[in-house]
Amino acid sequence: MFQSLIDWLDRIGPRLQRAFLEGDRWKLYLQGLGTTLELTVIALIFGVLLGLIVAVIRSAHDQQRPGRRNPVLGILNVLCQIYTTVIRGTPMLVQLFIWTFVIFPSQRNKILVAFIGLGVNSGAYVAEIIRGGLMSVDAGQSEAGRSLGLSYFDTMRFIVIPQAFKNILPSLGNEFITLFKDTSLAQAIGGAEMLYYASTIGGRTFDYMPPLLGIAAMYLSVVIVFTWLQGKLERRLRESDRR
Amino acid sequence: MIDVKNLSKSFGDHLVLDDISQHIHPGEKVVVIGPSGSGKSTFLRCLNLLELPSKGTITFQGTVITDPKVKIDQVRQQMGMVFQHFNLFPNMTIRKNITLAPVRTGLMKQEEADAQADALLQRVGLTDKADAYPSQLSGGQKQRVAIVRALAMKPQLMLFDEPTSALDPEMVGEVLDVMKELARDGMTMVVVTHEMGFAREVGSRVLFMADGKVLEEGPPAEIFGNPQHPRLKDFLSKVL
Repeated sequence: MFQSLIDWLDRIGPRLQRAFLEGDRWKLYLQGLGTTLELTVIALIFGVLLGLIVAVIRSAHDQQRPGRRNPVLGILNVLCQIYTTVIRGTPMLVQLFIWTFVIFPSQRNKILVAFIGLGVNSGAYVAEIIRGGLMSVDAGQSEAGRSLGLSYFDTMRFIVIPQAFKNILPSLGNEFITLFKDTSLAQAIGGAEMLYYASTIGGRTFDYMPPLLGIAAMYLSVVIVFTWLQGKLERRLRESDRR
Repeated sequence: MIDVKNLSKSFGDHLVLDDISQHIHPGEKVVVIGPSGSGKSTFLRCLNLLELPSKGTITFQGTVITDPKVKIDQVRQQMGMVFQHFNLFPNMTIRKNITLAPVRTGLMKQEEADAQADALLQRVGLTDKADAYPSQLSGGQKQRVAIVRALAMKPQLMLFDEPTSALDPEMVGEVLDVMKELARDGMTMVVVTHEMGFAREVGSRVLFMADGKVLEEGPPAEIFGNPQHPRLKDFLSKVL
């Protein structure tokens, strides 16, 4: 028992060496991390833009007065509702498979497909986050803006959205973390991100433990750093409240 | 200036305004009083279409503003409104609160608007607060800024929705003083208030509303000195 532990420890050095150092494999991990971060950031930007549009359409629709409903807005609102319902009601991996094998079967660039899949997915969640944020701003604020003669969009842009942003930030940070981890699903469609390299190396060296634990640690470190940054930003925004 | 014809408003089955017709003349100071739930605030909010009337028409300076085709933002630029809860924009400085609308609507350039903001702030004695944020102001100061913010659009008409109801008693006076000065300068005003002293002193006409109707109207001396309607007598006996 004691002996086997010593043997195991004895072998760990060479195993780590094979997983990370041999043939400069550490570069592959970093390359994978780069792709993962890229996927996260671009998908999140895409998701936030999409989510903002959906959220503004949905709250503009909800704020209409009875009897004066705009039919175009009504149609857009139904489309947005279908979008959020379908995306939030089906598994992320199933969506990625549908994008890859049903919608873009001939697209070779799997990372591109992953951008779209993750971005569209994230948009649905971000839309609900932003909508909640917009609703959290007191109705008197937009009434005051409109009573001054500002247009609906100016009122949103200068008055409601900046105030909503502060309330949205924590949930948006969570969405970033979720999305960051969900990028690992791109491996299943052949996207060359961090998990893809780790499992390839694991397969090649017949040893999965070091690369998988390695990337787990990398995911964790990024999340910890990000959470810390987010906390700092939130504290700063709160300080401006007390001015 | 404003002509209201057969205005009705209901929320669901609840009839809040029942067939009101009124005319507000330029320079007039109309004070609306009445028990809570009588529809006074809804009436006021209908005038700049923050509430859409269920029936009836509102004409402002010859334009039928209840017509869906009317560009309501342009109409609202000529009507200032002051709210019970101030509704200053907490994410901007006082100066920015005042200049945002005139600049964005193209009424003036930023420099002009800044100069005007300083002049208006001086008028209400808040020059030193231009760079402060709303959270640093007292209730009375906030409401004075809210009045200035509305005035910055150079409105033809000012609507006041219970402007002193959310204030601590010692701050009511400073806000009423600003409103009195505005009245002396000839501004057309419609004021929903519980301040009977103000109604008596400043009002050129008092409307007494109850159950969505104007039950009695007239000059303050008659409304307060010689009330006719039993509801008004009852109301005055409680508030005076």
